[in-house]
Amino acid sequence: MSTFVFTDFLLLLHNMKLTKQEVEHIATLARLELTEKEKEKFAEQLSAILGYFKELQKVDLSKVEPTAQVTGLENVTRPDEVKKCDEETMKKLVAAAPERIDNLVKVKAVFE
Amino acid sequence: MELNKLTIKEAHNGLVAKKFTSVELTEACLAEIKKLNKKLNVFITVTEYEALEQAKEVDKKIAAGAEIGILEGVPMAIKDNILVKDIRCTSGSKILENYIATYDATVVEKLRIAGAVILGKTNLDEFAMGASTETSHFGPTKNPHDLKRVPGGSSGGSAAAVAANMCIYALGSDTGGSVRQPASFCGVVGMKPTYGAVSRYGLMAMASSLDQIGPIAKTVEDAEIVFDVIRGKDEMDSTTVERVNKKENKQISIKGLKVGLPKEYFIGGMDDEVEKCVLDVVEKFRKAGAEIIDVSLPHAEYTLATYYIIVPAEVSANMARYDGVRYGYKTKKAKTLLDTYLKTRAEGFGDEVKRRIMLGTYALSAGYYDAYYLQAQRMRTLIRQDFLKVFKEVDCLVMPTSPTTAFKIGERIDDPLTMYLSDVFTVSANVAGLPAISVPVGEANKLPVGVQIMAPWFGEEKLFEISKLI
Repeated sequence: MSTFVFTDFLLLLHNMKLTKQEVEHIATLARLELTEKEKEKFAEQLSAILGYFKELQKVDLSKVEPTAQVTGLENVTRPDEVKKCDEETMKKLVAAAPERIDNLVKVKAVFE
Repeated sequence: MELNKLTIKEAHNGLVAKKFTSVELTEACLAEIKKLNKKLNVFITVTEYEALEQAKEVDKKIAAGAEIGILEGVPMAIKDNILVKDIRCTSGSKILENYIATYDATVVEKLRIAGAVILGKTNLDEFAMGASTETSHFGPTKNPHDLKRVPGGSSGGSAAAVAANMCIYALGSDTGGSVRQPASFCGVVGMKPTYGAVSRYGLMAMASSLDQIGPIAKTVEDAEIVFDVIRGKDEMDSTTVERVNKKENKQISIKGLKVGLPKEYFIGGMDDEVEKCVLDVVEKFRKAGAEIIDVSLPHAEYTLATYYIIVPAEVSANMARYDGVRYGYKTKKAKTLLDTYLKTRAEGFGDEVKRRIMLGTYALSAGYYDAYYLQAQRMRTLIRQDFLKVFKEVDCLVMPTSPTTAFKIGERIDDPLTMYLSDVFTVSANVAGLPAISVPVGEANKLPVGVQIMAPWFGEEKLFEISKLI
């Protein structure tokens, strides 16, 4: 019950246009750097699209099970065996990396 | 004889009868590509050398008297989001501009075994996001019927390639109509299989619970031939399903066939002339003895919203891999690892991709997940149930593929919402996982119109048989 009310409240809050801060927050989560102009443009466009979805929120679906996938398949597995990769493919895979040293992929420091 | 204008069946029969060689067939297509590609911007990569080598191999076989398969030696094109080993695969994006595929998609493997000749990779909306092929980093593709208009999208390159006879058939991918809608705009056949019928291994993922690879061809018969080759359970794609029904080879009679017209798909918002073309087909069915039944899909009005929440959500997860680390474009301006991500993706992705990533991130974020994503998944259940009910009453559904014919280049690109509305008739098949096909049925204002047929899950045989009656 309380989750429902909370979500409802949030919805009420944000039935207004997406703020620049919200866009910045989403962009950071999505690992996208945006220019100031882009933030404004996307705020407007995203708000319009989200506004269109208001209709969906009006329907009471609390008793309906969600569908994550349509095949009905469950627990499709295969044996956890290592399949060796051939030398040629290994070379190509490493060669695809934009920055590398020998057969190592180079990135900026993960921990400062 | 203009060999590039042949269908698969005609090409195959000609090869078997030794009327021409696979090399001649391939050269005819390559010549057409050379003639038209600059104007139409269909192919991102043309694999002339490889194609001719493949054709020569087939010709050797034929010369030695060996039997050849139906697709053997027949030149085709592949949408540039499907991996072909050692060939550049860009997905229409700057972020993969120079990426070389390191393996074949399963469908490509199957086509190679079937002896297909691969002419090249066709243009698409960036990462298959769009309905016009205008979001491609490599520029828009033009509709062969009218160069000022879009070919549709996202498989616009593949549809235009077939329509312009630059190849005999092509592969596209369909997440919300991306095979059917461009087929309709370009006057060719485009089919989306039941979700799970064709392997997605090697298809760059857009929305993993909706994506399917489908054939684009000149005839329904040709589309069926290609589908039969690319279908099948695949160990590399855990969402594929073993063929359920045995191929019955039964002739479907139109008499007594129950054809459903979903009333929610025939209300306003459609071009009058487009509607007329579709109703003419219905009339044709009726005169031939089919029973036309009005049916209802009560949750139809929520389908587009459901689609545009689920898809961006899945997109946001699938696009996370493009980070400038293991492959693709990498920014030169990064000072930290976070910078690498932020700037690589900012510089490498186009606007539509960014929009959908953000929409999806938003819909999945804390506080909004229940209201958007979970709600959409629940609605998805109801939409599926609508179809389950309806297919108890009818054998198939008929409706337009698109509410309009091909619109002008530049007309909708600045208004994302209007662009999304062009998918209104096609998305339900993806949301429910149903097989659907678009078949050309004449013109409206001198532009092609497609009619869409939908069949029950794994009802492809029925789908093709009914489509052949159009």
